[in-house]
Amino acid sequence: MERVASATPSPIAHSVRGLSDRAIAWVFVAPTIFLLLAINIFPLIWTIQLSFTNYKANRIGREVKNVGLRNYERILTDTDIWLNMQATAHFLFWTIALQVLIGFALAWLINKKFKGNDLWTTIIVLPMMLSPAVVGNFWKFLYQPQIGLFNYIISFFTGVEPSSFQMLGQVNLAPWSIVIVDTWMWTPFVMLICLAGLRSIPDYIYEAAEIDRASKWRQFWTITVPMVMPFLMLAVLFRGIENFKMFDLVVQLTGGGPGSTTELTSINLKREAFEKWRTGYASAYAIILFVTVFGLASIYVKALNKVKER
Amino acid sequence: MSKYKKVLAALAMGGFFTASAPAAQADDLTLCWAAWDPANALVELSKEFESQSGHKMNFEFVPWPNFADRMLNELNSGGKLCDLLIGDSQWIGGGAENGHYVKLNDFFDKEGISMNDFAPATVYAYSTWPKGTPNYYALPAMGDANGWFYRKDWFQRDDIKAAYKAATGQELGEPKTQKEMLQIAQFFQGREIDGKTVYGAAIFTERGSEGITMGVTSALYPWGFKYENTPGKYDMQGAVNSPEAVEALDFYKQFYKTATPPGYTNSYMGESLDAFKSGQVAMAMNWFAFFPGLYADPNTGGDKIDFFVNPPQNQAGSTLGGQGISVVSYSEKKDAALEYIKWFSQPSVQAKWWELGGYSAHNSVLNDPGFVKSQPFAGDFLEAMGAVQDFWQEPAYAELLLAMQKRVHDFVVADKGTAKEALDLLIEDWTEVFEDEGKL
Repeated sequence: MERVASATPSPIAHSVRGLSDRAIAWVFVAPTIFLLLAINIFPLIWTIQLSFTNYKANRIGREVKNVGLRNYERILTDTDIWLNMQATAHFLFWTIALQVLIGFALAWLINKKFKGNDLWTTIIVLPMMLSPAVVGNFWKFLYQPQIGLFNYIISFFTGVEPSSFQMLGQVNLAPWSIVIVDTWMWTPFVMLICLAGLRSIPDYIYEAAEIDRASKWRQFWTITVPMVMPFLMLAVLFRGIENFKMFDLVVQLTGGGPGSTTELTSINLKREAFEKWRTGYASAYAIILFVTVFGLASIYVKALNKVKER
Repeated sequence: MSKYKKVLAALAMGGFFTASAPAAQADDLTLCWAAWDPANALVELSKEFESQSGHKMNFEFVPWPNFADRMLNELNSGGKLCDLLIGDSQWIGGGAENGHYVKLNDFFDKEGISMNDFAPATVYAYSTWPKGTPNYYALPAMGDANGWFYRKDWFQRDDIKAAYKAATGQELGEPKTQKEMLQIAQFFQGREIDGKTVYGAAIFTERGSEGITMGVTSALYPWGFKYENTPGKYDMQGAVNSPEAVEALDFYKQFYKTATPPGYTNSYMGESLDAFKSGQVAMAMNWFAFFPGLYADPNTGGDKIDFFVNPPQNQAGSTLGGQGISVVSYSEKKDAALEYIKWFSQPSVQAKWWELGGYSAHNSVLNDPGFVKSQPFAGDFLEAMGAVQDFWQEPAYAELLLAMQKRVHDFVVADKGTAKEALDLLIEDWTEVFEDEGKL
């Protein structure tokens, strides 16, 4: 103690000794709070403020007028934006549903002890290790009506001419084309979370069920599903938030087309903010999306906590 | 070596380098443009400027689909990346009004550069803002328009000519009207040539940047499309959605549906070139800028290819491409950048520019008696430039363009609504933009 005190310049040592525990805690926390305020809170407040103006970031000298709630009114009454919302909802619902079903099924299979288990796990998780831009590009080739493997596989099983349908170019198929690619890419992620859930179930619970002569079916519904449920719900939360802001994969695949069929809200928002430069309008749009995601996520997290408590 | 000698040697070396440096300050200039064939020609051409001026030229070439996004962001953020920018014609309004480009009038006067030396259509489109006034923000750098090329070898084959005659009762040749062009494209659609299925034509359908608008306007202009009833009044009702415009848009959709390769839903310049070079299509639309490269192609160029100007319908009309070269106002090397423009404006440099594959807009090149025969597409280029029409060049051009991209793609590719409805909605979008701009 004596050696430490002598190594510290006396005025500093004196001032540090003078700080209370609470003050020292603030000194440590202050940089984080500062960064949080600078990077998250300040931009959020500024965005809210901009959302009531006609500000355009590319027109520096232009007079900025307060337009009240006009931006919000325009967005909420714009039928095109509601179509974007519908496209996003379709994408979210089907990707999550398919990823949960397939991911859980894969996890359940992988959880069984069999030869080559590790190799299969590695192969299955490969897609999620790729860049979304790369995935988008190569699926674009797979979907190509004249040379694409996807069309030939469908043709092989159904007998329809490969070039007779266009996954990325037809209004009825394009929304499914992006669902298929996202499912291919991110099902392994859901599988890994489910696998963690399955492996966290102690064997003795199944052993007790066996002693009680519970059938496999009964064990699945009364032990496996409830105990994996929190993990599954967590996977749904992650995928839901991720897919709500989906951009890169879909831009590479369809660019939002044909027409605006696959123009998800994030793509539309980017166009408004950084191509049309309607900063005020885009800020209002971003706030609406933020409130939507935040509201839905809050409700969901409450439900998740209830499931955990059971 | 003693300490004294070392100091002497250092002083001597310093003196040598100081004496051998050029008298004027040599700068590193960066020129920004799109990444395409003419950009390579410009790199070659600029070597002469480097040797003459002592300045070093760097180039920032961005692929077309990202060019507008990348460069407009650069300008809007006051970036210093580009000293010189060969920006799209539609950017001139924003470049001038937002202070991104240096006004060149005083410089032109001082250096004796006259805009009368350049083709009037290019000066109007690439240099002036407000349109048609003698306020210059760029020097015409690269004349361009949307044109067509076709498989001359197929068009000359007796069996194909006979089949066309039997099918249509007409001779197969370069189309004289838009409707004839569609007829030819439909004739080739799905036809077997040398054991391979080929298709009619490659047209622009791209959704993300400007593709489908550039394609659709190539049909709209020959039908007599106008943006306003009275220039400068923004009175679009009856002009943008005129019966002629509706017919032209329906025509483009019919072209897309009946005469393009499968999966051709999001295609622009690159896809058009690929479709033609791979022998998939009989005809293709693209910018004249690509024609030198196409003619030089070992597989589909030379005797196998020929070119034609966008065919008229009710009138002649081609979609304008091309760009002017501007000095970016945020550059710290404006003097050197202006030096480049002065050098580039010289008739001898312009002649070399055309030789290398760039499209000069200088009258000394275009009016040269040998120009028309200098390349197989030179005459078509001159003809096209005589009837070009450009998109809005307003400061809010990006908003106007994206609205049109959406409305026409919705109609042509996604089968949404009718042509009239698409154009009506486009007027609504454009009206909203002009209201926001305080112009309506």
